[in-house]
Amino acid sequence: MLWESIIIALEGLKANKMRSILTMLGIIIGVGAVIAMVSIGMGVQNKIQDSIAGLGSNLLIITPGATSPSGVRLAAGSSTTLTNKDAQAIGRQIEGVSAVAPSVSKQYQLVYGNKNWMTTVQGTTPEFVSVRNFNVELGRFFSNQEVDTRMRVAVLGKTTADNLFGTIYPVGQTVRINSAPFVVVGVFEGKGQSAGGMDQDDVVVIPLTTAQERMMGISYIQTISVQAVSPESINQAQEDITSLLRSRHKLAKDMPDDFTVRNLAAVMATAEETTKTITLLLGNIAAISLLVGGIGIMNIMLVSVTERTREIGIRKALGATYRNILLQFLIEAIVIGVTGGLIGIGLGISAAYAISAIAGWNTAISSGSILMAFGFSVAIGLFFGIYPARKAALLDPIDALRYE
Amino acid sequence: MSIVLSNIKKIYQMGDTQVAALAGITLEISAGEFTAIMGPSGSGKSTLMNILGCLDRPTSGSYMLDGEEVATLKDDELAVTRNKKIGFVFQNFNLLPRMSAQQNVALPLVYAGVVKQERDSMAAAALSMVGLADRMHHRPNELSGGQRQRVAIARALVNNPSIIMADEPTGNLDSKSGNEIMEIFMKLNKEGRTIVLVTHEIEIAQFTRRIISFRDGLIISDEALLKV
Repeated sequence: MLWESIIIALEGLKANKMRSILTMLGIIIGVGAVIAMVSIGMGVQNKIQDSIAGLGSNLLIITPGATSPSGVRLAAGSSTTLTNKDAQAIGRQIEGVSAVAPSVSKQYQLVYGNKNWMTTVQGTTPEFVSVRNFNVELGRFFSNQEVDTRMRVAVLGKTTADNLFGTIYPVGQTVRINSAPFVVVGVFEGKGQSAGGMDQDDVVVIPLTTAQERMMGISYIQTISVQAVSPESINQAQEDITSLLRSRHKLAKDMPDDFTVRNLAAVMATAEETTKTITLLLGNIAAISLLVGGIGIMNIMLVSVTERTREIGIRKALGATYRNILLQFLIEAIVIGVTGGLIGIGLGISAAYAISAIAGWNTAISSGSILMAFGFSVAIGLFFGIYPARKAALLDPIDALRYE
Repeated sequence: MSIVLSNIKKIYQMGDTQVAALAGITLEISAGEFTAIMGPSGSGKSTLMNILGCLDRPTSGSYMLDGEEVATLKDDELAVTRNKKIGFVFQNFNLLPRMSAQQNVALPLVYAGVVKQERDSMAAAALSMVGLADRMHHRPNELSGGQRQRVAIARALVNNPSIIMADEPTGNLDSKSGNEIMEIFMKLNKEGRTIVLVTHEIEIAQFTRRIISFRDGLIISDEALLKV
């Protein structure tokens, strides 16, 4: 009997093709919007996670200057309290630290032949590569010995190499950085944009000592990047580093830190939280359109019941029970919901792909959002179908037969 | 006895006043009878038809159909009774426009829970009984009025009901088609079916073998016709 009712319902929908399609459109758009929006939200979330992880996993970044809530605050990086010895002490004394990379940076002009390129020059140590997740594509990174002897060697980011050398093989060439000649020993693999939209490949890396003494004439360092061995050890490492640096800098108990330790895991958690909220918001807005679609189903079903009053009367005269009529209309509503839902899933997935192809945004289609949207469309068909179906099933056969 | 009505009353409340559409009807119709119910509009014949057809319940009185009391049945029980025991033929045919003749005829069987294959062959058999075997897959709008009414008769027959109720079956037809329809009813009656026909045309009533006349909710005459 149930199967019969489904067939009857499908025939009813087929007979009113245009109206069925228009009714479904509400559900199609609703489900499609939920899936597309959630996919975009999840895509953004994944992208942000990836780019934060791309900075280096389990990363602590130490910069000079305090983040005190009041008083005059020097711009981060402009004070001179951190030294290379601090970095070495962290590497030697703190447990749960796998690599430490002190670095300084400044904008310089690079010249090769008749081309020039303004970029950030980073002075650092070989541990930089593992801490910041850089991979050397061509040539090699410089060695500790080259750092100790203040060699004029440089490793170029992909953007820098492309702009200066074009099709020329860069390794072994000599570039001038602020007029001083440097031998290019390697080129990094491309990393793409950072979470903040900065080109991470627009960079030149040279030995720390070369940068400090030969280029910038300073003895302090601007940033220490520390990589913890595991996510679990990162908070302990942060505390240990803070107390170590406080004692090294001989800060009294009541004095604020003259440095800042930033935990990228915490930054990542915040970013994740934000994108989750955005995803939820987008999903909710889309869910409202699903609700509107459901009301559309109810509207059309009510019209359909009125329009088919005589049909209901005939069916009842021929022996259809309350349950038969109720099921017929309920199944019609659910069929609209299910069919619309299925088409909507297809539409949502293609919309997500189209958006990622055209706008270049990442999208991540999750089976969870598909199942949820589908379940919702069935539930909406059921919920908004009950009232009209009951109305149909309660019709008096004599009145219904007399209806013009 | 196929139909036994005793003191059937149907009273409608119209504002403050009560209107008796049926003011106490006692009537017996045996199996195999061909009966016409006549009367002017407002005489209560449609109300009686609805009660006889189990579409409505009387306010009081007893209605035994095939030895079963149906005056007190619930809505769904009445639906099952209609499905099993009663075949309807209406003045305006009341076919479902989107279905073929065969599907229309098979509709009562759907609610009787007959499987599709059996339904189709039973519907085809009923259609050939009314001479429409070659129109099985046509929709109602592709058929003439007379043909539509024959489809409706096939639908009334298909469940093998105890009674066929025909409410002004020739009212929307020209006299030639009307006579054809009446000949089908006569043929069915000869095969032993019980037929109750509501009409206000005496020419149509002449086809039957018993005429019950109504006025103001009461039977005013009940006469058997002698057949030549």
